Amino acid sequence: MEQIDQIFVHLKHGVVAFLPEGLQPLVSILISVTAIVLVFPLLFALTTVLERKGLGRIQNRPGPNRVGLPRLPTLFPWLPKLRLAGFGQFAADGIKSLTKEDIVPREADRVVHFLAPFVLLVPVLLAFSVLPVGRNMAALDLRETGLLFFFAAGAATELSVFMAGWSSHNKYSLLGAMRAIAQMISYEIPLILSSLTVVMMAGSLSLVTIVERQSGVNFGFLHGWHVFTPWGFAGFWLFLIAACAEANRTPFDLPEAESELVAGYFTEYSGFKFALFFLGEYLGLFAISGLGITLFLGGWLSPFTFLNWMPSWFWFFFKLFLMIAFFIWLRGTLPRLRLDQLMNFAWKFLLPMTLINLVVAALWHFTNSWNPALRWLLGAILLTFSYWILGRGFEAKFRPRTYRYAS
Amino acid sequence: MNPLHQYLLLSAMLFSVGLAGALVRRHAILVLVGIELMLNAANLNFLAFWRYGGNPEALTGIMFVIFAIAVAAAEAAVGLALIISIYRHLRTSNVDEVNKLNG
Amino acid sequence: MSLRNLVHSALCLAVSLVGLALIYLGLDAEFIGWIQILVYVGAVSILIVFAILLTRGTEAPAGRITFAPWSGLIIAGAVFATLAWTVIKSKALTEITGNPSLDVSFVVKNIGGKLVAEYVLPLQVMGLLLTAALIGAVIIALHERKGLK
Repeated sequence: MEQIDQIFVHLKHGVVAFLPEGLQPLVSILISVTAIVLVFPLLFALTTVLERKGLGRIQNRPGPNRVGLPRLPTLFPWLPKLRLAGFGQFAADGIKSLTKEDIVPREADRVVHFLAPFVLLVPVLLAFSVLPVGRNMAALDLRETGLLFFFAAGAATELSVFMAGWSSHNKYSLLGAMRAIAQMISYEIPLILSSLTVVMMAGSLSLVTIVERQSGVNFGFLHGWHVFTPWGFAGFWLFLIAACAEANRTPFDLPEAESELVAGYFTEYSGFKFALFFLGEYLGLFAISGLGITLFLGGWLSPFTFLNWMPSWFWFFFKLFLMIAFFIWLRGTLPRLRLDQLMNFAWKFLLPMTLINLVVAALWHFTNSWNPALRWLLGAILLTFSYWILGRGFEAKFRPRTYRYAS
Repeated sequence: MNPLHQYLLLSAMLFSVGLAGALVRRHAILVLVGIELMLNAANLNFLAFWRYGGNPEALTGIMFVIFAIAVAAAEAAVGLALIISIYRHLRTSNVDEVNKLNG
Repeated sequence: MSLRNLVHSALCLAVSLVGLALIYLGLDAEFIGWIQILVYVGAVSILIVFAILLTRGTEAPAGRITFAPWSGLIIAGAVFATLAWTVIKSKALTEITGNPSLDVSFVVKNIGGKLVAEYVLPLQVMGLLLTAALIGAVIIALHERKGLK
């Protein structure tokens, strides 16, 4: 089992050991980069199909179910028609976007227009490098500043959104970009503050160390994930909401609301650049889900000690898959928020809740010697109480709605 | 390692570019950009002296830079709010045209 | 700083600040480097482009420069010349080569420790300043809209 768990690590070391001394660091880095660049876009390809199928299921229609392998009847007439239940769709989409004409508006600022998709994609790929996807499987373990690196890489996406929206010279693009930036900045604060609780409790900014801190065992079979503590539980949900907004997913998909803004900031993008934006958005979603898994859901740790024999990377990708499924489900279920609701929610509910969560985490730390049940109760009461006050106070503004009909 | 004076020269250059921008450009936002550049030049100096100085354990350079970044962020927020407010009142963001109190 | 297009100069500012962050990394100040990217690229340059968009249509007209640009350039050039001359002339500075084998793994932990011990008063003042700046910025920017109501 140990062998399967470490198979990728051994494979990499094996390949590297073959090479001359001088090349080894370079090749080692190259292999890690290649792995990231291959695995996550492939995951993206699968996710697009899954998302369309899942949304179709929710909306009572089949979704893509026809595209299979191309048959090439002249070359291989004996091959049967393979449909693969529609899982060839991503290849078809990819080829389509590659062969489409790349249209740049006449008024557009060409250089900025060209650079924007890359400014989005490159930092997102960089962010993956600090995520530990398995035991000993972080491409880059920044012992001092791992989490900070992740957020610094995430900061560049806002600039890319602005570049795309502004350079297109299109009012829908610009409006979409303004909305997106306002939303991203507002939700970045709860996102960072809710991760800060974990940093405070784990005492480290390194994502690898944070995962290792969660490997304690409760009740003899349950791993001590952060989500199993009151502050971790609240923090996880706060993080999830903020992550959802940060990745522009429904119910926070105002920046690209199709019914209002055509396609938001990438309205004027076509062909392969559009595909790059699409890829960047989804990779951002994966990165932030991966971060949530690392911070709260125990990273590559298995949920129960008796499942420890399964490889660590399996658990990471399994959790990632569950998170993606959750996001698809949300998208199929929830309606879109209004802009003022979005801002109110971020500043009047999420931000105070994350601050209270910080206080609860500190209390949890200082009541270390108490009875666990008592600690749990204290944290849970504090959080529920503040949730109730903030939630109620927030809701009180929405009086029973009065309807007026157009005359 | 690069000798210390290269960092200092780079920082001096950054400072001069910022100063030139703040003096020459008449757009209020660009004046603010120039000031940000000058602050960053100072930060670079602090870090260079921290790294090359005799007592890096004291972390004084780093501490100063942390506070400087916080102050710069606050300054940018207030400055830009002022610029937007002036623009709304006077329909201009050219620093030379804001001369109402010029009796 | 010399570009006509305001948004271009803001984007160039972001690029140069990223470059500066990389220099910080080269100086073994990892923490400051990432903070620099997070604060400047993520917040300050975004604020600047926002302000540019909100005050659009006011590119400074070319003919209306009251303070001759050349004097500004000359002053800046003189400042640079003086600074550079001082730096190059001073023996003490050019001879320091630094300690390349410095172990910097203590930095982040110590920053935290020092912030709540030695530097606790500056930290509190900074918190106060940031709060005041936040509230002040909101009030200043909102002023007009209140007057309209």
